[in-house]
Amino acid sequence: MDRRTMATMTTTPVTVLNKDSMLIVKEQDVVPFRNRVKEYATKIGMGLVNQTKLITAASELVRNMLRYGGGGNTLIEVVSKGRENGIRLTFSDKGPGIANIEMAMKDGFTTGKSLGLGLPGTKRLVSEFDIKSKPGEGTTVMIIKWKNG
Amino acid sequence: MKIEISKMLQKKKKQIIDLWMKNQLADAGLREDLMSNDELRVQSEELVDALLKRLNEENLADIDSSDFDEIYEILGGISITRARQGFSPRETGVYIFSLKDALLEILQQEFKNDATQLYNATIKVGKLIDNFGIVTFETFIKGREEVILRQTDEITEISTPVIRVWDGILALPIIGTLDSARTQVVMENLLQEIVNTGSSIAILDISGVPAVDSLVAQHLIKTVSATRLMGAECIISGIRPEIAQTVVHLGIDLSNIVTKATLASALKYAFSILQLEVRKKQSNSVKI
Repeated sequence: MDRRTMATMTTTPVTVLNKDSMLIVKEQDVVPFRNRVKEYATKIGMGLVNQTKLITAASELVRNMLRYGGGGNTLIEVVSKGRENGIRLTFSDKGPGIANIEMAMKDGFTTGKSLGLGLPGTKRLVSEFDIKSKPGEGTTVMIIKWKNG
Repeated sequence: MKIEISKMLQKKKKQIIDLWMKNQLADAGLREDLMSNDELRVQSEELVDALLKRLNEENLADIDSSDFDEIYEILGGISITRARQGFSPRETGVYIFSLKDALLEILQQEFKNDATQLYNATIKVGKLIDNFGIVTFETFIKGREEVILRQTDEITEISTPVIRVWDGILALPIIGTLDSARTQVVMENLLQEIVNTGSSIAILDISGVPAVDSLVAQHLIKTVSATRLMGAECIISGIRPEIAQTVVHLGIDLSNIVTKATLASALKYAFSILQLEVRKKQSNSVKI
């Protein structure tokens, strides 16, 4: 599992090969979005286990965005770093933002009634994870899953 | 001299139909394979008839007038039958809009020397026919939407069957994503069936669930807790290897729940709880 700190994660230089965006406004958008992510993951030849991890992470973040941020925009990118290909997903909403990111990244912490595993769980599922949030302005989460990562 | 547009058009009915037919027949996109020219003429005449009968100076400018209800009905009918016959929405649209060309041509002949009146009449007739075009599209889309809605209903209905696999054992295969609304239906069906059949074991099979995220897991845990409150044991089966790994990484604790990889092993476990035994008989038939 990738345990690099957040600071180094954001600086990874990558080349974007292909991009696609999708607007998420209602719960019915979750499944089509997940299928789109799966399509891209299959296209770059990602294995079944990594694919499932990526889709689950995507599903987790999209649901967060809908529930706490009132929907937002998503960006699906096929990226490459050297010989490694991967999928980068960016989720941005204009919701209330997260007051304490450190708390939000802890297992079992929730302001809703969920299990509190969304953000920390997602981080464990993907290769790179970055979250930026400003109270009152919104939240942007970026994840990368490398094909063999 | 002010000529009443509607009266004038009514007088020129034959000419309008002929002109409209001529336009349609001259169009390269004419679908003679789907509709014969005679049928087309009958359809067109019906529409022009109805339109001119209803048209007067007042409602010409008022597209929402109830006088046009009959015409909208005819248009709806045309749109739906054409959709069934295999016309594309564009072809149906072109059909309606070609009537505008015919009407405008007549107006032009009539108001050759009066530009202001020609302009006014053109605007009014144009608006009216545009509205007719919109109505045909709306009907077309409504027809399609009805099909989709019906299918959605059917899917929700058939997607959560509770199967009685054995005396005292229920199975519930879940296919697709478990969202809040779906969980509610699943839980209701399952709990009701536990009461109805007096079953003591329920097997939730998630082989058909593409991804288990924390929300789906939470819904599963809730369903299991509710089943337990009813005095029945709940087994979750159909956990695929990739799902197992994902659940572990997510940090979801399912250790309090009996989970099995396949429905078969869940059934076997259920048999052992109920102290049943499945044996092979010499005649190869299964007996307990």
